[in-house]
Amino acid sequence: MPHDFTPDPAAQPPGSAPNDGSRRTFMKQAGGILGLALAPPLISQAERLTAFSKTVAGVAAMQLKVNGTVRTIQAEPRVTLLDALRENLDLTGTKKGCDHGQCGACTVLVDGRRVNSCLTLAVMNQNKEITTIEGLGQGEELHPMQQAFLKHDGFQCGYCTPGQIMSGVACVQEGHAKTDDQAREWMSGNLCRCGAYPNIVAAVREVAQRK
Amino acid sequence: MDTEPQFFETNPKAGVVGQPLDRVEGRDKVTGKAKYSAEFNALPGLVHAVLKTSDVAKGRITGFDTSAALKQPGVLAILTHQNLPKLAKTPNDAEGKKAIGAPMGFMPLTSDQIHYAGQPVAIVVADTLERAQYAAALLKVQVAAEKPLASYEDPRAELFDPTKVQDGKTPAHTVRGNAQAAFAAAPLQLTHKYTHAINHHNPMEPGATTAHWEAPDRLTVYDATQGVTRTQKALSTMLGLPTEQVRVVTKFIGGGFGCKGSSWPHTILTVQAAKAVGRPVKLSLTRPQMFTGMGHREDQTQTLKVGATQDGKLTALIHEKTSTTSPWDNYAEPNSKIINMLYACENFESSYQLARANVMTSTFTRAPGEAPGSFAIECSLDDLAYQIGIDPIEIRLRNYAEKDPSTGQPWSSKSLKQCYARGAELFGWSKRNPKAGATRDGRLLVGWGMATASYPVHNSQGTARARLYADGHAVVQAGATDLGTGTYTVMTQVAADALGLPMDKVRFELGDTRLPTAPNSGGSVAAGTVSSSVYMAVQDVWQKLIKVAVLDKKSPLYRAKPADVEVKQGRLQLKGNPQKGEEFGALMKRAEMTDVEGNGQGRYGSGYEDAQAAANADPTKKDEAAHHSMHSFGAHFCEVKVDPELGTVRVTRWVSVHGAGRILNAKTARSQIIGGSIFGIGAALMEGTVRDPNYARYTNASLADYHIPVNADIPDMTVEFVEEHDPYINAMGVKGIGEISMVGVSAAVANAVFHATGKRIRSLPITPDKVLETKAVQV
Repeated sequence: MPHDFTPDPAAQPPGSAPNDGSRRTFMKQAGGILGLALAPPLISQAERLTAFSKTVAGVAAMQLKVNGTVRTIQAEPRVTLLDALRENLDLTGTKKGCDHGQCGACTVLVDGRRVNSCLTLAVMNQNKEITTIEGLGQGEELHPMQQAFLKHDGFQCGYCTPGQIMSGVACVQEGHAKTDDQAREWMSGNLCRCGAYPNIVAAVREVAQRK
Repeated sequence: MDTEPQFFETNPKAGVVGQPLDRVEGRDKVTGKAKYSAEFNALPGLVHAVLKTSDVAKGRITGFDTSAALKQPGVLAILTHQNLPKLAKTPNDAEGKKAIGAPMGFMPLTSDQIHYAGQPVAIVVADTLERAQYAAALLKVQVAAEKPLASYEDPRAELFDPTKVQDGKTPAHTVRGNAQAAFAAAPLQLTHKYTHAINHHNPMEPGATTAHWEAPDRLTVYDATQGVTRTQKALSTMLGLPTEQVRVVTKFIGGGFGCKGSSWPHTILTVQAAKAVGRPVKLSLTRPQMFTGMGHREDQTQTLKVGATQDGKLTALIHEKTSTTSPWDNYAEPNSKIINMLYACENFESSYQLARANVMTSTFTRAPGEAPGSFAIECSLDDLAYQIGIDPIEIRLRNYAEKDPSTGQPWSSKSLKQCYARGAELFGWSKRNPKAGATRDGRLLVGWGMATASYPVHNSQGTARARLYADGHAVVQAGATDLGTGTYTVMTQVAADALGLPMDKVRFELGDTRLPTAPNSGGSVAAGTVSSSVYMAVQDVWQKLIKVAVLDKKSPLYRAKPADVEVKQGRLQLKGNPQKGEEFGALMKRAEMTDVEGNGQGRYGSGYEDAQAAANADPTKKDEAAHHSMHSFGAHFCEVKVDPELGTVRVTRWVSVHGAGRILNAKTARSQIIGGSIFGIGAALMEGTVRDPNYARYTNASLADYHIPVNADIPDMTVEFVEEHDPYINAMGVKGIGEISMVGVSAAVANAVFHATGKRIRSLPITPDKVLETKAVQV
């Protein structure tokens, strides 16, 4: 997740610093609870989770604007954006590979920025523009990045692919695909076990050069 | 030799077969429409299950406290060994294990025993995923823990001779000639130990199952499996249901690499949970559970003794492997097989030793045996080349095997010399400074290494169905799996050419036990077996139509002998007089046939050359039951740059050239070779799961801590295939490339590291600490 530690201003759209749905902001907001939770082994896992759920339990309506449409779901506040997309909205194009922000398979765009949707709660992403793989193309017409992945065979099994494509779109927009090496570096938050990396670089670079 | 038609005969000029076409299922994958096994949300009343797993590696469950968990809203069931209904059959005894085809002779939740960390001890079902996860966290398991044993390296471990390994498929002892005497007499003697870390497959899609009981005795399971038929057999046997009442569906699978090649406990547990709550249930393993849920490549040490003449000709190979296995099974990858066949050497001996530990059973991982085995033989060959001062390719040519040394059989085909030559040319090998540690790029040390690759064409068979419609389109089916290897695409290509139809008029369906049975996608057998099945099914279509034509007074082929009729591009015509004939559509319309259906059996490997000999052969001898030894061969070339201060190794160039029979799609085949090479680079440089020696728990069971290659680790790669025509292996002449892509890769990297640094590192992965600690040798 390049945007979690990078100081590069190109990755940070203006005004996105507070409340941007990233892990940093979440940690700040939930500092008290997590402070408690991060103090093992004095308390058990169950007790930590109990402490957490006391603060935030309960099913409630939330509105998520996904691919241009506002949709209401009934869910608990502990539901991640990833699970809300997959389980509540049946947008299963966004994949769960690790649920811990380690693989990038769940990458979506939130207000134009790439975000690991497993690391942010759905409740925190209300009033934001969420784009998933299902909303990338225009009707039947594929987004240029989708076309480039097809042409360059930027995948095999296809499971990391939606995340790679969403990440690739953002990577180009950020200006982080100006050379092959730069694209490799800035696409390294998205793991591919089938090993399509050279083809992914070819696809991302082709779209970057077209711009 | 078989008398079946072969693709090269009926299609001397292939149309789309071999072409670098885009994937036919690609659009579904890039738009998110492709549905994987945990994505069937439309099932009525679908609920979620999670596994509760054991933190301790050995002990006994003394009780559960479910009170807090059951109080949670939405919790539907907590199932443990105390309340789960008994299975009709379990793999807990040898007979049950065999009947089920289970990878592991132990089923969790059938007793209070805990044998390994991460073993499932309960399955929790709730209406949402979060509630199931939370309830599982609240569930308290009381355990009487005992001190576990972590590996064969533990001083308490008891090594034993397993007689056979790999579920009886490989003998633990092989002797050819007199290796001990030949080694003792050899002018050059090398004895080296090679260790391999535990590796986990880590497909991006975790193991996942959705189980739907449509009736009390009828079940559909969407499962992330490399073989729907094998999973169907396992589930129906355990449940005591007729096979056909269990349907298994896998339309898309997010990688497998061997770990989805067997039916592991979570699948049947999900099925049982669905039965218990009376609703469809889905379960995905968490990423940490992927390290203790679907097998691994075992921790292992190989000792390889090489005896050679002064000019580098091998006279003796003695291979010993020691590895960890589970409390119940004698599993070890068969490393010795490739060492036995790769080079001409008259004296060979191999043996396996195992030690039981508190781990789950290891399983096939891409190129099982060949990957770590080739690491040993290919590094030792490199050593030999340095010792006598010749080029690494030259040492391999001096020991080139003109026939299979392990069986004495002639090769069905072998293009290894061309692979060496072409690979060297593409790589610029001739410019290599032979001296180790002598090439620099600024402060970085540069090394060039290479290694040989080979993988067998295993014995396998399968079936397919082709339905051709009079209007000129077709549906072709086989219950195969597309692991991302291109099965959907290449089978569409084969069917299109065989039928003489354009690609867009052919739909290929797979991944469902309602379709004709195909083998597991594993062991590199899928491409060859399924393509041959498809091809044979189409031949059956033509034979049926030829019979119609010769009886039809209005057909130009009326009263022709069926044997005199051939089909070219969908046109039935006389062999001697091609003018005389007609298109299939015209014939079918006149006969008022809307469609015609053909079935075919594709055979692969020795079963193609001699079906009965292969069928009758002992399980350890099936692959060699026919007249030829069948292997693909190739060569990998690698450049690394090593930072001498930090010990970091980066792969900076890569060339792979393979001779693997007919290549069905140049684009997807290239992707598969790249992918296998990257898998091997991971094993070479970074992959290793660490089992705590005291607690026998994995310390790095996550994708943050178990490093697989990322994009920045991988350079651009060059892949080529040597054109090969092999009439002995199957009707399509396909050898399969899933595994060979990885064989020899870790050795090529290690040999490049040696060339860069003069440091011979025989322990995988080659991490910076090892690079810094290892002393350079003078060569």
